[in-house]
Amino acid sequence: MSTAAPAFPHRICPATGRVVAAAAEPLIKVNAVVAVVSLLIGAVAALLLVLTRWQAVHLLPAVWYYRILGVHGMNMLIFFIIYFEMAVLWFAGTILLNARPANPKLGWFSFGLMLAGTVLVEWAQWSGKADVLFTSYPPLQAHPLFYLGIILFAVGALTVTGLFFATLVIAKREQRYEGSVPLVVYGAVTAAIIAVITLLHGAIIYIPTFLWSIGLIKSIDPQIYRMIWWALGHSSQQINVAAMVAVWYMLSALTIGGVVLNEKVSRSAFVLYVLFISMASAHHLLVDPGFGPAWKIVNTSYFMYMAVLASMIHGFTVPAGMELGMRLRGYTDGLFGWLRRAPWGDPGFSALVFSVVVFGFVGGITGVTIGTEQINIIAHNTMRIPGHFHATVVSGTAMAFMGATYYLLPLVFQRKVAFWGLAKAQPYMFAIGMLLLSMGMTFAGSFGVPRRHWDISFSQALFDVQFNPAVDITLAVMGIGGILAVTGALSFIAIAVKSVFFGEKITTWETGKAIVGIPQGLTNPPVHVAHVDQLNDELHAESRGIAGATPGTLVLVAVFLLAFVVYYFTNWKLLSFLWKVG
Amino acid sequence: MLTKVHSGLDPAPGVWWKPAHKAEKVWVGIAFAWCMVLFAMMPLWHWKGGQNPSGIRRRVDPQKFFARTVEFATQYKIGEDRGIPIVAPPAGAEVYLTGMTYQWYPILQLQAGATYRLHMSSLDFNHGFSLYPMNVNFQVVPGYDYALQVTPTAAGDFRIICNEFCGIGHHTMVGRVIVVDGAGKPLADNAHAVIRDREAK
Ligand code: HEM
Ligand SMILES: [Cu+2]
Ligand SMILES: [Cu+2]
Repeated sequence: MSTAAPAFPHRICPATGRVVAAAAEPLIKVNAVVAVVSLLIGAVAALLLVLTRWQAVHLLPAVWYYRILGVHGMNMLIFFIIYFEMAVLWFAGTILLNARPANPKLGWFSFGLMLAGTVLVEWAQWSGKADVLFTSYPPLQAHPLFYLGIILFAVGALTVTGLFFATLVIAKREQRYEGSVPLVVYGAVTAAIIAVITLLHGAIIYIPTFLWSIGLIKSIDPQIYRMIWWALGHSSQQINVAAMVAVWYMLSALTIGGVVLNEKVSRSAFVLYVLFISMASAHHLLVDPGFGPAWKIVNTSYFMYMAVLASMIHGFTVPAGMELGMRLRGYTDGLFGWLRRAPWGDPGFSALVFSVVVFGFVGGITGVTIGTEQINIIAHNTMRIPGHFHATVVSGTAMAFMGATYYLLPLVFQRKVAFWGLAKAQPYMFAIGMLLLSMGMTFAGSFGVPRRHWDISFSQALFDVQFNPAVDITLAVMGIGGILAVTGALSFIAIAVKSVFFGEKITTWETGKAIVGIPQGLTNPPVHVAHVDQLNDELHAESRGIAGATPGTLVLVAVFLLAFVVYYFTNWKLLSFLWKVG
Repeated sequence: MLTKVHSGLDPAPGVWWKPAHKAEKVWVGIAFAWCMVLFAMMPLWHWKGGQNPSGIRRRVDPQKFFARTVEFATQYKIGEDRGIPIVAPPAGAEVYLTGMTYQWYPILQLQAGATYRLHMSSLDFNHGFSLYPMNVNFQVVPGYDYALQVTPTAAGDFRIICNEFCGIGHHTMVGRVIVVDGAGKPLADNAHAVIRDREAK
């Protein structure tokens, strides 16, 4: 940490001693607040969707189901997630580096652009002028202002990303830190680089589509649209993964004193995300007519599945860093003493654990499996797809962001977390609900239940379709899980809004004393034992063999790999029973 | 040599390119090997497996494709169900199927064990070909002819559910495929109930 007092207006964080630039704080806050508002709209939509897809309830009429499905996709996947990521970029670029933001004025202007874009999109969707879902595959056409809104939003986000890079340069030049940027910031840089790639694809596809919607271009090739759109759509998921992993490392450090096992390994894994992302849109086109097998295989895997490798590496280093951090604090008993004795009542910690576990075990395994060229035949556009991504971007990224919020409220907003008892339970509600929802969807999809479909009783169809009765059960599981998850999401929103606008201001800060409304990682910051470096050497001693310092994590990843192998080959087996197709 | 103990929030010490511990190396090695398996399975299945989304793919004018479908339907028509022709092409034939808002045209009657080249395309929007209850799914894109070699394995009365959003009537878009065995009968008929009741009316 830089010792020189900074020349820019700032305050010193009483909990962490960090420099908090005055110009950065409101930018972080405003993005976080709009993210929460988007989450609110998305969560209400989610409830309506769940209660419609649960065929026994079947709440919405057809038009509104499709309309709300579009609203949910946009507000959750685009607005909530990206506004939050903007907050993360401002936070990582300034507070984590004790630095000032580059050009806050332009930052506000970009935010204004994003907001204007958001308003246009909301207007188009709610007024029924964009009933094309968030993917808007041509020749389906929406009102031009829908596309314009997305373009404005993307330009704003791209500018903020540029400002983030500028902030890093300034921090370096003003020597706000020594050595290399912290790993968490490195992860944010990864996310930002991928964001640039992603948003450029967005421009390539949305600008012509906008011109088409106002009649300046005659047609858009539907297949080429799908290819470039998914270069945006899928790469943006890699932004979410990178941002999520960065938040994992952060929460691990804040909540239990998690350490970085090896900078080289973790950073190389981040680099793999950047290198192996660009044409990952292929996952979405595996059973499309426009591309041959060689193109599909190469572009999903680049021969080596290096992005998967990267996630598997983080899937080891994050829990291992947590385990080692706990052991270095003296929790050395047995294989899992470190887990048992962790602060499960700290919503930052429980959110972190659920995010890692559900993302890895459910999201990761299902994603790689259904993203396999041939296995996609039994998954494409079925409920297995939303089943998968509600375990990745929702249980993973959204959950991690929620956990981070419990720390941002005291640190940035300087407020106590409201409804503290509810806050402690919130990650459990959301995670369990999401897990049920994901599994319900996944199993429904295995029976052929389509996604994005209003009526699987097919009451108005020419021919009947009778699903296996088990489908009713899977949809009920989805429904109950969905209601629980929405309750969790709404609780989160209530907590965030109450804390931000009406929360108790934190004026003085005493460490060492538990305070209701402040996560224990801040009131009792995790400290390692005094002889930490010596203990670390002992734990890594040659004599401890391969298990080394993190035997518990080794067991966990072994279980993970086993689950992965079983699930993967089960799907090949199921595939082999089908008609011959080729 | 280990780097000094620090967290992901601390700037990394000057030189952080340090050798990893054995446990990490082993895991990275195993994960890498597994990724190679994930990769290898795809080409392997093209070679040994029976289900691949390859086919012959070419651009086609949607109107022309539909005209070709109609021509095909007229040539092999054997009956009609709810106004849609039932078409029974001989084994080995080129078979055409057009998706349009909101129906699949025509109804196909195929023989179990015989192989056909199934051409699929759309007259208007993206549609999704989802063969029920087999759960075989393909994207049907306007302007592209997706010609897949298919061999039904057993007799039955199948449905084609549209599983790509194609407009407000998307959920009403269901087609029919009948697969007959040597005796000329579908073994299973999941349409039973509804067809009976509609005929009774
Ligand atoms: C709060 C709990 C949530 C519940 C109960 C929920 C439930 C659902 C349901 C029922 C669907 C419709 C599936 C279909 O009919 O095809 C859906 C779609 C979707 N959800 Fe969620 N969801 C939740 C949160 C989220 C979040 C946080 C995100 C993103 C970060 C998200 C992203 C999506 C996307 C992208 C779709 C697909 C929309 C489309 O097909 O056009 N969801 N969700
Ligand atoms: Cu359709
Ligand atoms: Cu459809």
